[in-house]
Amino acid sequence: MDSVAHRLSAVGAGAALELRGVTRLFGALAALTDVTITVRPGERRAVLGSNGAGKTTLFNCITGDFPPSSGTIRFFGEDVTHFPPYERIRRGLRRTYQISALFPGLTVQDNVYLACCGVSRGRFSFLRPGQNDALMHAADALVQAVHLTAVKDQRVAELAHGQQRQLEIALALAGAPRFVLFDEPAAGLSPTERAELVEILTSLPAHIGYIIIEHDMDVALRVVESVTMMHNGRIFKEGLPEEIQSDPEVQELYLGGGHE
Amino acid sequence: MSVTHDARIQVRSAASTAQRQAARGWPDINNPAAWIVGAILLIMPLIANGFFLIEIFATTLILGTIALSLMFLAGYGGMVSLMQLTIAGFAAYMVAVFGVSANTNISLGWPWWLAVPMALMLATIFGTLGGALAVRTEGIYTIMITLAIGAAFYYFTNQNWAIFNGHTGINTVSTPHFWGVDWRWDIPFYYVVLAVAALCYFAVDYISRAPFGLALQGVRDNPRRMAALGFNVNAHRIAAYAVASFIAGLAGVLQVWNYRQISPGSVSVGACIDVLIIAVVGGITRPIGPYIGALVFVLLRTFALDFLVRIGLDGNRFRLLIGLGFLAIVFWSSDGVIGLWQRWRQSQGRQADRPGGGHHG
Repeated sequence: MDSVAHRLSAVGAGAALELRGVTRLFGALAALTDVTITVRPGERRAVLGSNGAGKTTLFNCITGDFPPSSGTIRFFGEDVTHFPPYERIRRGLRRTYQISALFPGLTVQDNVYLACCGVSRGRFSFLRPGQNDALMHAADALVQAVHLTAVKDQRVAELAHGQQRQLEIALALAGAPRFVLFDEPAAGLSPTERAELVEILTSLPAHIGYIIIEHDMDVALRVVESVTMMHNGRIFKEGLPEEIQSDPEVQELYLGGGHE
Repeated sequence: MSVTHDARIQVRSAASTAQRQAARGWPDINNPAAWIVGAILLIMPLIANGFFLIEIFATTLILGTIALSLMFLAGYGGMVSLMQLTIAGFAAYMVAVFGVSANTNISLGWPWWLAVPMALMLATIFGTLGGALAVRTEGIYTIMITLAIGAAFYYFTNQNWAIFNGHTGINTVSTPHFWGVDWRWDIPFYYVVLAVAALCYFAVDYISRAPFGLALQGVRDNPRRMAALGFNVNAHRIAAYAVASFIAGLAGVLQVWNYRQISPGSVSVGACIDVLIIAVVGGITRPIGPYIGALVFVLLRTFALDFLVRIGLDGNRFRLLIGLGFLAIVFWSSDGVIGLWQRWRQSQGRQADRPGGGHHG
């Protein structure tokens, strides 16, 4: 599982994620136009852009929540353009949502346990987990990894916003993720919680690559090695974080506007 | 639109209350009330005469089990299916068709231990196919499709003479005899019904905390997120229909043994809706709800008639009483009788807490 990603990156065999000419139309509106992106296994990249630039639509096309109107999407070499979302997830793709999409009636532990079931063969099991259930142990470990052990038996509806954002990340790390899409994970977090988020992201195993949508430059540029700027549904610029930060056009479009 | 919306909200808010007692063990094992109810049910033949045993309690348990299959779909899966009685009726017809009855031109004369598994299998397939149609829709459209399946089956049984024997139905269906016992005698039959109902009740309760049941509740709350966790949402929903159909089929077998006949009147659209009323009146968040609803329904159906005649009204108006009761319960509690009970318990708990709090102060 993990080793597959390792081997691929070791020999440099192909990209983790490869989008070619992806376009997504909503009626007459083009939310994405001819987007081509290649991300190496283990690469960590930020996608920046103003509201309506097409960042979340990009995620929805990659995960299959909305299929692209045209173009192809390859995940570790496999053409997944027409796969339903769950097939992509079972191949190691994960995502989080900008607005937490959790199961408020269930406990923290059960939320994570469900996520672990979803990417295992046990998802249709009619047997309750026993004392030594492997998925339950995996869920425990994940709950601990996002610092939620103290509240693991609480219902998610009772959690603070920051804790819900952490749980959102835990759900995306269940099983053996190979590539994760983080949609504004820092939204609504306090400065302390942001620091904790940065720590969680930087401590992910090196073979797990990700794309992160994040408006907060302090978070985004500390956890990525490359940046893609989007504007009006198109790729506007790609480069290293410092290049993008110092690019006058980018500052004009985005950074300047945001920090006035 | 608003109907769909309201129905979904009701299911959801009700569902979250159900999760509060989310202990991983058996929920009722420490509940003295559950032990008392269990004991009373076990010694019922000592207390009740034949009429109460069969007409009230066995009938309650059979109807309750049909409503339990709806509770499983609606409470855990958020899918309101009006065809659960139709599936039970289909199983009942299949027992009559494959087994022994007075209609020798139709019944194949198989022994019950072959006819029953066959009926259960066909009923499960029937319900699963119906479910496969229904899961492509949500909310009110699920209700409409399953109601259409129920109505179509009702009219089909009326008009088909080759298998379903038209409006007269199939009569004098034989019941099992073995180990020297006629299992349709009141007391053995009561225990058979009790055993099947208990099995279904505990199975549903158990599954609700197993990965399949948890995932079903996840599908109810957020299908899109479930897909993003690797679940095939539609496959999960269809599997839930298969489970519910098997439960409804079991109840259908008991029903045809109870009345020894099956005719279109038993699978009418009105009867389909009665199952919904039973489940909602009892409460669809927990497996015990449908049985409480069924008891209320059977008691009203049996005794409202006498009561109405005594106060000088037409006995056939018992449905009016059921309707008024239904309105009252839904108006005061979105979670049926269970909801009323829980709120009463909570208010008792608060009163008990108050003097307790004084000690600390």
